[in-house]
Amino acid sequence: MRFRIAWLLLAGLLALGGPPVATAGVFNPSTITLSNGLQVVVIENHRAPVVTHMIWYRVGAADEVPGKTGIAHFHEHLMFKGTKTVPPGGFSEMVARLGGNENAFTTQDYTAFYQSVAVEHLEEMMRLEADRMQNLVLTDDVVLPERDVIIEERRQRVDNDPGAQLGEMMRASLFLNHPYRMPTIGWLQEMQHLTTADAVAWHQKWYMPNNAIVVISGDVTMDQVRPLAEKYYGAIPAQPLAPRVRPDEPAQFAPRRVTMQDQRVQLASWTRQYEAPSYHHGAKEHAYALEVLSEILGGGTSSRLYRSLVVDQKLATGAGSNYDADNVDLSVFSLYAAAQSGAGAADTDKIEKAVDAEIGKLLKDGVTDDEVRRAKGVLLAEAVKARDSLAGPARIVGTALATGSTVDEIEGWPDRIGAVTVADVNAAAKAVFDIDYSVTGILLPQAGG
Amino acid sequence: MRRLAVALGALVVVALAGATILAHASPAMDVQEVTSPGGIHAWLVEDHSMPLVAVGLGFHGGSALDPRGKEGLAEMVSGLLDEGAGDLDSKTFQQRLNDLAIDYSFRAGIDDFTGSMRTLSDRRDEAFDLLRLSLTAPRFDAEPVERIRGQLLAELADESSDPNSIADRVWWHTSFAEHPYGRQTSGTQAGLQAVTAADLRGFVTARFTRDNLIIGVVGDISAADLKPLLDRTFGALPASGTADNVGEAAPGAPGSVIVVDQHVPQSIVLFGQGGVKRHDADFYAAFLMNHILGGGGFSSRLTQEVREKRGLAYSIDTDLVALDHVGLVQGMVGTKNASVGEAMTLIKQEWKRMRDEGPTEKELADAKLYLTGSYALRFGSTTSIAQALVGVQLEDFPSDYFSKRNGYIDAVTLDDVKRVARKLLDPDTLSFVIVGRPEGVTATQPAPEGLF
Repeated sequence: MRFRIAWLLLAGLLALGGPPVATAGVFNPSTITLSNGLQVVVIENHRAPVVTHMIWYRVGAADEVPGKTGIAHFHEHLMFKGTKTVPPGGFSEMVARLGGNENAFTTQDYTAFYQSVAVEHLEEMMRLEADRMQNLVLTDDVVLPERDVIIEERRQRVDNDPGAQLGEMMRASLFLNHPYRMPTIGWLQEMQHLTTADAVAWHQKWYMPNNAIVVISGDVTMDQVRPLAEKYYGAIPAQPLAPRVRPDEPAQFAPRRVTMQDQRVQLASWTRQYEAPSYHHGAKEHAYALEVLSEILGGGTSSRLYRSLVVDQKLATGAGSNYDADNVDLSVFSLYAAAQSGAGAADTDKIEKAVDAEIGKLLKDGVTDDEVRRAKGVLLAEAVKARDSLAGPARIVGTALATGSTVDEIEGWPDRIGAVTVADVNAAAKAVFDIDYSVTGILLPQAGG
Repeated sequence: MRRLAVALGALVVVALAGATILAHASPAMDVQEVTSPGGIHAWLVEDHSMPLVAVGLGFHGGSALDPRGKEGLAEMVSGLLDEGAGDLDSKTFQQRLNDLAIDYSFRAGIDDFTGSMRTLSDRRDEAFDLLRLSLTAPRFDAEPVERIRGQLLAELADESSDPNSIADRVWWHTSFAEHPYGRQTSGTQAGLQAVTAADLRGFVTARFTRDNLIIGVVGDISAADLKPLLDRTFGALPASGTADNVGEAAPGAPGSVIVVDQHVPQSIVLFGQGGVKRHDADFYAAFLMNHILGGGGFSSRLTQEVREKRGLAYSIDTDLVALDHVGLVQGMVGTKNASVGEAMTLIKQEWKRMRDEGPTEKELADAKLYLTGSYALRFGSTTSIAQALVGVQLEDFPSDYFSKRNGYIDAVTLDDVKRVARKLLDPDTLSFVIVGRPEGVTATQPAPEGLF
C-alpha cells in the first residue's frame, strides 16, 4: 500500500498555485478502544448501503523466528479452515451467499482480513471474524494440502518469474540483519517443513484482541458499530502479548551488486534500492520530504528520471522511483529503469551512469521551488481521489494504524506534506542517497541469446 | 449528502447464519440519458458526494481491425493520445495532465477502444478540453511515436518470455488461425515496426466518429452542465467512419494439446472451447454454469477439486469470454510440472460431470445469491461506474439494464443450466496449451513458432 494515495483532503490545495480550498479533516475517523485492548475505527461513507469490514493484526513475516519463514502468510491461508462451529471454508461460503467479496493479505509488518458486504450483514461478518480469532481449529487434513497451495503460490509469484527472483536476492543483500531481508512468502525449503503445530503456536502467540485493529468503512456510524464490537470482539479476553523481536540494521560500509542472467529474460532492467527511513524508524524526520522527492525524481512521465533517461537520452523505455514510508522499521527508496528491447549489459551500464549522473546533479544543485510545488499538488490531489473507493479508505487507515501511525498523524498528513520545503527535500536526498547503504540489481538476458 | 450513485436494492430476506436467503435485488442505479443540443448522447450518474468527475469513452472496433502487417496499431494509438495534441507538444501535454492531476488512459481491446478520465471537479473544463484535443487533434510527433513504439517493443519482448503471455498467444493463434482473433492486441515486432504516423491518423479518422461514440459520465456534474461540454468536447468529431468488417469466428483445433517448452518450475495450462455470445438467449445460464464450474472463487468445483482437496494449484479459474464474433469458455491453471497430467485429468472430469449431471439445486441457488448480491460491489468508485456505463452501451443494452440484470440471473432454471452445460461442455474437444516442462502429457501437435 502506498502512502501517497493513502490520503484524502477536500479539493486541490496547492495544485496550480490557486487559492487553497478549505479542508474538512482527512478521513474523519471515529475510534474507540475496547476494554480488552482491541481498537475499533469507523470511517463513514454513505454513498451506498455497503461496508468494508477489515481486521488487522500487528504481526507479519518480519516477526517469524529463524527457520520458519512463510509461517505468517501460511497462517493467513489457514484462517479460512474453520472453527469449532464453522466448517472449513464455511466463512467464505457464507460471505459468497451474502453477495460479499473477501480476501486477506500478509506483509512484513501486518496481516489483514476483509469482507465487503451489504451493510445489514456487517454483524454476521463481525461474529465470524471474532469466532476465528478465538476458535480456529487446525488439523493435518486441512493444513497439509494448503501447504502445497502456498508452495504453488511461491512458484507462481516468484520462481516462474526471474524478475521476482532477483528481487528476493536484492532484498536479502540490502538488509544485513533485519528480518525484512527474508521474503514474506518464505524460502521454499522452510515452507516445505512448516507444520500444523507451527501454525497453532503462531495463532496462540499473535491472534488476540489486544493485537488487533478493526476498521470499518461505509454506511455505518460508531454508534451502530460500538455495541456490535463489544458483543463480538469485546467478549474475547486479552492475553499477554510478546514483544516483537526485530534486530536492527548495522552500519553498512560497501555497496552491493546483484546480477542475474537467465535464459527466460528477454528484457534487461536496472534497479537500485537504498535503505531509507520510514515514518517510524531511522531518520524519520525525512519521511515526508522523501515522498515529495520520489514524486520529483520518478513519479511519472514528467519526472526527472523519465525525462532524462527515456525522453532525452533514449537509454530506457521506462524509468521511475518508489518510496513507501508505512513501515514499522526501515523503508526502501528504489529507482528503476527498463532497457530497450534487445539491450544487454553495456546498455544497463549506460543506464546506471545516467541515473548516477541524475543523483549527482540532485545532490549538487538540489530541487527547485517549482518542482516541489508541483509534486505536492500531485500528492494532495491523489489524496482526494483515494476516497473514491469502497474498500480503499479502510485499507489506507488500517495500514497506517497497523504500522504505528496514530489517527492524529493520519489526519495531519496533508499539513505535513504541505509544509515540506526545498531545503527539506535536499536534506532528505543527501540523507538517503548514500551508495554504501544500497544494492544495485541488474537483470539480463542470457549472453548471446 | 446524496446517496444514490449506487444504492443496493433491499434484500428480500435478511439472513444470519443458517437462515434462508431468497434473493438479492438489482442495485438502484439512477442513469440519466443526456442528449446535447448538438446531438451527442451520454449516460450520466450524478453523485455530488465528492469533488470528482469521471468520464468513460468507448468506440466499437479494436485490435481485430488492425490491418495485416500492422499488428499493434490500435495498441500504439492507445499509448499516443496523451503524447501531444493541438498546440501542445508531448512534454507540455504531459506536464498539464500532471499539474492538473488528471487520471487519463486509453485502452485497445480486441473489439473496442476505450478511454477513461477522472478529474477534480474544479478543473473539469480544462480536463474535458484536453480530451477534445486528444480525440480531434492528436499530433503523433516523431519523438513520442518512436518512444512509445520502443516501449511497446520492450513490453512485447518481455511477454515473449512470460509463460502466461506465451500460453495466451499460442492458444488464440491455434484456435483462430487466420481469423483476426488469432492475433494479439499487443501486436508483433514486425507489425509495430511497420506502423507509420499516417496509419495512426487513419485509425483516429476512421474510428473516432460521432456515430461510433459511447460516453458515460459519473460524479460531481449536472445534466445541464454536461450538455454544452459534450458539444464542445465531441462536436468536432467526424459524423461517421468505417464499419466493423470482422467475420464470425469459431475455435478450431478441437481436442488439441500443445506443449511449449519453457524452463519454469510451474507449468501454465490454458484450456478452452466454444461458449456463447453476449446476446445469446442462453448467456445467463452459461454465466451461472461457468461460475459453478470454475468462476466462483473458493466455492467453484475446479477450485475445490484442484486446490482445496489436493493442493495442486494456487489459482484455477474459468471465464465466459463473450466477444462480438465468438463466445468461449476458457480457463487457466498453474501447477508444478509433475502435476500437469493430474490437473488436466481433473479438469476433464469436472467438465464431464457438469455436462452429464449439471449443477445441484443448492449450487445454483448459491451462485445466484453471490452473483446478484455482489453486483453492487462493482460500483464502488466513479471510475468503475463510468466503465460500467460504457460497457453496457458497447454491448448494446438499454440504460435500465442495471436494474434488470439481477432479474435475468434469477430467472434461470436448473433445467436451463443443465441444457446449456450439455450443449457447451465437451471434455474431448477441449483444447489445451501448456507452457513449461509438464509431466504426464502427450502433445497432439507441435508448438507454433515466431508468434511474437
